[in-house]
Amino acid sequence: MTVVALDDKRREAAIWDLLEEVPDPEVPALSIRDLGVVRDVRVAENGAVRLAVTPTYSGCPATAAINLSIRDRLLRAGYDNVAIDTVLAPAWTTDWISDEGKRKLRDYGIAPPVGKAADEGAGRGTLFGADPDVPCPHCGSAATEKVSEFGSTACKAQYRCMDCLEPFEYFKCI
Amino acid sequence: MTTATDIDRKSLTEYLLRLGDTSLILGHRLSEWCGHGPVLEEDIAMSNIALDLIGQARLLYTYAGTVEGEGRDEDDFAFKRDVTDWKNLLLAEQPNGDFAATMVRQFLIDCFNVELYTSLSKSTDTELAAIAAKSLKEVTYHRRHSGEWIIRMGDGTDESHRRVQRALDDHWIFVDELFETDALDAAIVAAGIGPDLKSLRPAWDSMVDRVLAEATLTRPQTDFPRSGGRTGSHSEYLGFILSDLQFMQRAYPGMEW
Ligand SMILES: [Zn+2]
Repeated sequence: MTVVALDDKRREAAIWDLLEEVPDPEVPALSIRDLGVVRDVRVAENGAVRLAVTPTYSGCPATAAINLSIRDRLLRAGYDNVAIDTVLAPAWTTDWISDEGKRKLRDYGIAPPVGKAADEGAGRGTLFGADPDVPCPHCGSAATEKVSEFGSTACKAQYRCMDCLEPFEYFKCI
Repeated sequence: MTTATDIDRKSLTEYLLRLGDTSLILGHRLSEWCGHGPVLEEDIAMSNIALDLIGQARLLYTYAGTVEGEGRDEDDFAFKRDVTDWKNLLLAEQPNGDFAATMVRQFLIDCFNVELYTSLSKSTDTELAAIAAKSLKEVTYHRRHSGEWIIRMGDGTDESHRRVQRALDDHWIFVDELFETDALDAAIVAAGIGPDLKSLRPAWDSMVDRVLAEATLTRPQTDFPRSGGRTGSHSEYLGFILSDLQFMQRAYPGMEW
């Protein structure tokens, strides 16, 4: 029993490692694993893989591309029996982006989500909620302002730094 | 999964189509702004909101097809139904008009959607509850966006104030329909699937009044409310939307790309 469980863990870990190599199609600095959209990995003894993947936003066009990229990477590693279940609950939250993912976002020039979506007063829940203070990913200045709540992809807002004057994107806390 | 146990499949399918149709038609209206927005940021914002709404419609249609059990999928619902089969709110199909009209239409529905999806996220139907919980995160952002514009325009210049007040006056005849209920709603409430829409009104009123006050706008009165969307009686605009939305599938049935 213990040995089998250990083998299960080892097989699953191999899949998680491969997911680390699958870039997000819209924010390639992040891996699918960093993004936190893969909620469960199961590998049978015969090598059949079953994944649970949750979409980021309902209308995110990347959802189909993400599933395709996962299949492609696993197939190249020899996994030819892959099932992907789409799960909606619990709904994806930026709280699931790994710390490593947040660091990668910042290095890439995108400000990572500030605070936790689960916390009250994250600015999102209320119409009159204050915007979070988003530090500039380029120079670290706290003097930034929101340009628009919406950006080049569903997950981002547009900001501007008042010190280095660079525009930047903010990965919205959701 | 709890589905269609206390309610028949036909009723639940119909209810899901009502929700999905309002999302898709409003999303389609917003998509008409793509490339025509007053400024680049708003062009992007409206396209993003359209994407969210169309995505929500896809989830609702896909689930409706599963519940119905007759093999229809999201494309069948979107592309192969004529005007009287559509059950969206009349407000959603109203023309874009100017930016003020679009934001007023959006704000009134966003405030409704926040209350509706808050309630649906506690539905006894677990799949609908999951779709609602996901949608709620999105419509909360939408309301924040449209609400800020109502305030900015209402409390802005004389011209912007005049336009947004006119848009409010023009759209107010469609507000009562949001909270209107019929026998299907009663069955939905009885099965614990969805809220009594009338019960959402106080929270909606309170949010709308608060924003209108901040925007120095006057809440309109109407003696002549319009309704009929949920039963398929639409304004003349829906046919024109469908002729655009459905053209490819009508001209080249079954085409894929
Ligand atoms: Zn800076």
